[in-house]
Amino acid sequence: MSDSSHQPLSRGHTHDIVMAGLAKRRSAEKRFRLFGLASIVAGLIFLLVLFVSIIGNGYSAFTYSNVALDITFDQAVIDPEGHRNPGTLAAADYDTLWKASLEKLFPDVTGRQQKRALNAFMGFSADKRLKDMVIGDPSLIGTTKTIWLPVDDTIDMLIKGKLGKEEELNERHLLDQAWIKTLQDQNRIRSSFNREFFTNGDSREPEAAGIWGAVTGSALTLLITIGLSLPIGIAAAIYLEEFAPRNRWTDLIEVNINNLAAVPSIVFGLLGLAVFINFFGLPRSSPLVGGLVLTLMTLPVIIIAARSALKSVPPSVREAALGIGASPVQMVFDHVLPLAVPGIMTGAIIGTARALGESAPLLMIGMVAFIVDIPKTFTSAATVLPVQIYLWADSPERAFNERTSAAIMVLLAFLMIMNGFAVYVRRRYERRW
Amino acid sequence: MEKSTLFLLILLGSTIAYMRTTWRARTLAETSGRKLHSLPGFYGYYTALWCALPGLLLLLLWLLGEGSLLTAGALARLPESFLDGAAPEKIQLLVNDIKSIAQGSFEGQIDPAIQMAADRFSELTQWSRILLTVLSITASLSGLLFAQTRINPDFRARNHVETVVRVVLIGCALTAIFTTVGIVLSVLIESLRFFNMVPITDFLFGLKWSPQIAMRADQAGSSGAFGVIPLLLGTLLISTVALVVAVPIGLLSAIYLSEYATPNFRAIAKPLIEILAGIPTVVYGFFAALVVAPFLRNMGAEIGLEISSESALAAGLVMGIMIIPFVSSLSDDFINAVPQSLRDGAYALGATQSETIRQVVIPAALPGIVGGILLAASRAIGETMIVVMAAGLSANLTLNPLAAVTTVTTQIVTLLVGDQEFDSPKTLAAFALGLILFILTLCLNILALRIVRKYREQYE
Repeated sequence: MSDSSHQPLSRGHTHDIVMAGLAKRRSAEKRFRLFGLASIVAGLIFLLVLFVSIIGNGYSAFTYSNVALDITFDQAVIDPEGHRNPGTLAAADYDTLWKASLEKLFPDVTGRQQKRALNAFMGFSADKRLKDMVIGDPSLIGTTKTIWLPVDDTIDMLIKGKLGKEEELNERHLLDQAWIKTLQDQNRIRSSFNREFFTNGDSREPEAAGIWGAVTGSALTLLITIGLSLPIGIAAAIYLEEFAPRNRWTDLIEVNINNLAAVPSIVFGLLGLAVFINFFGLPRSSPLVGGLVLTLMTLPVIIIAARSALKSVPPSVREAALGIGASPVQMVFDHVLPLAVPGIMTGAIIGTARALGESAPLLMIGMVAFIVDIPKTFTSAATVLPVQIYLWADSPERAFNERTSAAIMVLLAFLMIMNGFAVYVRRRYERRW
Repeated sequence: MEKSTLFLLILLGSTIAYMRTTWRARTLAETSGRKLHSLPGFYGYYTALWCALPGLLLLLLWLLGEGSLLTAGALARLPESFLDGAAPEKIQLLVNDIKSIAQGSFEGQIDPAIQMAADRFSELTQWSRILLTVLSITASLSGLLFAQTRINPDFRARNHVETVVRVVLIGCALTAIFTTVGIVLSVLIESLRFFNMVPITDFLFGLKWSPQIAMRADQAGSSGAFGVIPLLLGTLLISTVALVVAVPIGLLSAIYLSEYATPNFRAIAKPLIEILAGIPTVVYGFFAALVVAPFLRNMGAEIGLEISSESALAAGLVMGIMIIPFVSSLSDDFINAVPQSLRDGAYALGATQSETIRQVVIPAALPGIVGGILLAASRAIGETMIVVMAAGLSANLTLNPLAAVTTVTTQIVTLLVGDQEFDSPKTLAAFALGLILFILTLCLNILALRIVRKYREQYE
């Protein structure tokens, strides 16, 4: 015992040093852990703020304000000669009808300025709504009916309380607000589902602007992208994974694919502009060219996903197939590929989702034009949903702001459905060997 | 016949050929009593390929070449005076007019000479259509007949079909190379044309960027300033801000998720963080312009700082949010790849968990993490929509993140969106910028992939 009398002393010494530092080390440990948690929370907060601001800004675009007006279908205005000629009916000035009705509601409005403000109260599609009614049923002429008509988009913003404080206080809008108040007191204002937003193409007028044209354009573009990138990508993956000899060429192809996956998307747009449009003379702004560009962008994603799906099929499957006399091609197409389909599908859906959200390369090939018509073919001028968002985000009108957010919500919904489907396919069908 | 009808017709024909020949091969085996070399289906595929390929090849040829030949034919009918010394854009306009007249959709006064060219155009279109129909149907039929004659029990149909399959597979794998070559060529050729007008030294070392001045073709390059330095500096500034945001947050969340988090927390938090990578960049751009930039400007005003509403800070911040998942998921992979034995060794020496992470795990995973950060940097440099929507257009030579700067990608978009005259240095400059961008990101990617690959091999 006396021999080791030094031992406890030195152990006590080390022990003291360790103990002295321990509190500090423990708090450092705690701090570090907290930093980690804090950064995750920061990431999630960013996500939350993004979603909350987009949804908070955009949900109101799904409804639109309408006013109930007692419209007198005046024969003298619509069809003074009484022939009920469709041409005359179509050419009549229906704006006069709702203007008259508004004037009846606000008889004390006098002066040019105030009259002009009142005449801008209703939206420009009120006229079309009335016209369609009369042409559909000419017997309306001469009667008086209460009809819900859409208001102007600025008025709609006022009703929704979406104009800035300063703007609300300008003279003109104070007047509008007084009228809105009166109409609300008479229960003449209601908001209804904004169907136009989902069925119309783009428009300079916010109230008539919809996403259907862009959605169709996106669908056409993605059809081309899927139709080309899926078969080509799978074929390339099969070649590289199953048939290619290990040599310099194969290495070159592999390095190429990995690089292409990281090339900025806008460079693909430059390629599309120089090769597809200027060299091959394909039509600008068309889903065809957009689809081709996105195909080249999506290919690396699909090839990489398909290769790892093929790689995960165990070699025993291949050996068994070859053992019963299948040729290598039969082995791949009849046995390996079917087993790899879930993995390939997952990769393909994720690649397509990325292509759906892509906009930069499409700006290069002119899919950024203002297009009212719904695209019908692969070569007609079109735009896609993300580019439509970009275009609206640039518009000065207040009402386009909420429509931008609403379009983003639609885009995100599509992406969520696609990614959710990918997760489902993976969970449901993917086999672990 | 329309090309699409023709396409469907050929496909239909080859389907019928497949079914018929398969059936024939089967009966042949039965009647002759001999064993076929291949499965009956392969004889079907063989004929189907012979039926489809010649016709489709012709169709492709037409698609690529018809347009330019037709316009050349129509323009040849125009009097010399129309074409002599006309600028390429002018001729392009003329061609558009001719096409719309031929389709009957032209409105307005028609010059008789142009009318003649348009007539010629529709006449040639007619002939071309007839020629294509006759040729492709003949080609398909003769291919079909040729294949039919070769069907007998000894014929090695499977080998022939498989050769075609392999060639197709190789062709598909080569698209990757073609794409790269296409990118390099298209960007390089236009850039060389640009460098003919603007000296390459002016471009690379110039300190001033104002392409708007050089509007007219005859003053090409002489008055516009095409110095790329301010753009590169702006790109660098915004990317740095982005990395300053993304690297600590991404790395720390990766550490927490892989070392501390319970499996349940990880299963929820990791996919949620990765949602950030799946959000389209145009959404981030709108978010930056709508929420972040005004917020920063108001904050700056509160504390007496003047922050531009198109500041590098706003764009960089949002871009940083976007690339958090890139950093975190790659770092996560590499931290997980560090063998448990290293950690156990450190614990045995009495290190706390955070000491182990900082002094053992992170140094061991460092090459992979650096690779991941480089990939994220390359993503930040090439990012377009956020900077187009949230960063400025004026090229300021500054390193102040509160000021407005512009980037390479923003300028490419500004130069190419809208009306283009294809010979002005303004348009061509976009391709030169594209070249710079491509080279820059390529270097970063190759470096990153090399580091990542080398490191992966170490522990596997």
